[in-house]
Amino acid sequence: MSKLSNFTKGIIKENPIFVIVLGMCPTLATTSSAMNGLGMGLATTFVLLGSNVVISMMAKMIPDKVRIPSYIVVIATFVTIVDLVMQAYTQSLYEKLGIFIPLIVVNCIVLGRAEAYANKNGVLDSALDGLGMGVGFTFALTLLGSIREMLGSGSLFDHKFITGDAILVFILSPGAFIALAYLIAIFNKLKK
Amino acid sequence: MEYILIVIAAIFVNNVVLSQFLGICPFLGVSNKIETSMGMAGAVTFVIVLATIVTFILQHYVLNPLGIGYMQTIVFILVIAALVQMVEIMLKKLSPALYQALGIFLPLITTNCAVLGVAILVIKKDYNLLEGVVFGAATAIGFGLALVIMAGIREQLELVNIPKGMKGIPISLLTAGILALAFMGFAGLV
Repeated sequence: MSKLSNFTKGIIKENPIFVIVLGMCPTLATTSSAMNGLGMGLATTFVLLGSNVVISMMAKMIPDKVRIPSYIVVIATFVTIVDLVMQAYTQSLYEKLGIFIPLIVVNCIVLGRAEAYANKNGVLDSALDGLGMGVGFTFALTLLGSIREMLGSGSLFDHKFITGDAILVFILSPGAFIALAYLIAIFNKLKK
Repeated sequence: MEYILIVIAAIFVNNVVLSQFLGICPFLGVSNKIETSMGMAGAVTFVIVLATIVTFILQHYVLNPLGIGYMQTIVFILVIAALVQMVEIMLKKLSPALYQALGIFLPLITTNCAVLGVAILVIKKDYNLLEGVVFGAATAIGFGLALVIMAGIREQLELVNIPKGMKGIPISLLTAGILALAFMGFAGLV
C-alpha cells in the first residue's frame, strides 16, 4: 500500500466515526459548536499521532501478555500532555470540553489503532495512519459541530447569520443523537 | 435529603448516557436484548462503585499529599483496568454463577468511559466519600435504566420495516435521540 493511501484511508474510506463507528462519546458530547468539535478533533489527533509513533517503536519490546496495559500507559501519557497544554494556552476551550479531555484515554479509536495497526507496522506508516485517522475524526466532528451549530444557534464558528432564535434542541443532547443518526445514514447512502 | 437529590439528579435529570454522553459504546453495543443489558448494567454498577472508592482514596491520600495531581488520568485508568481484572478473577473463584452472568461484560468495562468519567467527576465536584459512592451507584442505575429501556425498544424495532440506509447504527441513534428528548422532561426537577 502506498504511503499516501495510508494517510487518506482514514478520512473517507475508513472514517472512524461514519464507517467504523468508534469513539461515540466525545463525538456526541463535544460537538455543540463547530469550534468545540474542531478543538476536540485536534486534541485527539495529537494523541493518536503520538501514541501510534511510540507504540510502533516499542511494539517489539513489549511482552504480548501486558501489551494492552502498556498501550494504555502510553496513551494516558499523551493525554496528560494535551490536558496540561490546553489548560495553559486555551483555557476557555479547555473548560468547555471539560472531562472529555482526560476521557480521550478511553476513546476506542486510539487503542483500536494501536492494537490493529501500530503494533504491526513501521514508525512512518503508523504516523501516517494515526494522522489520517485523526484528520478523519476531526473532519467528522467539525462537520457534525457545524451542522448542529447552524441548526441550533444559527451561527457558524461563532458568526451569527440569522437573527432571533434557531432550533435550540440541536445544541442540546437529543439533537446530537438525531443529527449524527442522519449523518451516518447519508454516509451509508453515499458509500453504495 | 442531600443524598436523595444526588440520586434523582444522577438517574433522571443528568442521565449518564442520554445527557452526559458517557458509555455510549456499550449503550449501542449490548442493548439488543433486555437480559444482556441487565447483565451489563449489573457489572457496570459493581465496577463503578468499587472504582469510585479506590480512586477517591488514591486521589486524596496519595496523589494530593505528594502534589502529583496531574498524574490523575494515568493512575485512574490503570487502577480501573487492574480492578476489572481482579473482579473478574475473584468472581470466577467465589461466585461462578455470578461470573457466568457477568463474565463476558467485564473486559468491556475497562473502555466504558462512564467508569473513568464518574471517577473524575467525583473528584471535580469535590464530593466526600459517601456522596461519591451514592453518586457512582446512582449514575450506574441511570446507565442501567437507559440500557434496559433502549433494549426494550430495540426488541420491538426488529419486527418493523426500516428504510435501508437507516438500519443498524442510525436507527439506534435516532431512538436514543427521542429517548433523550423524553428525559429532557425531567430537567428542572432538582
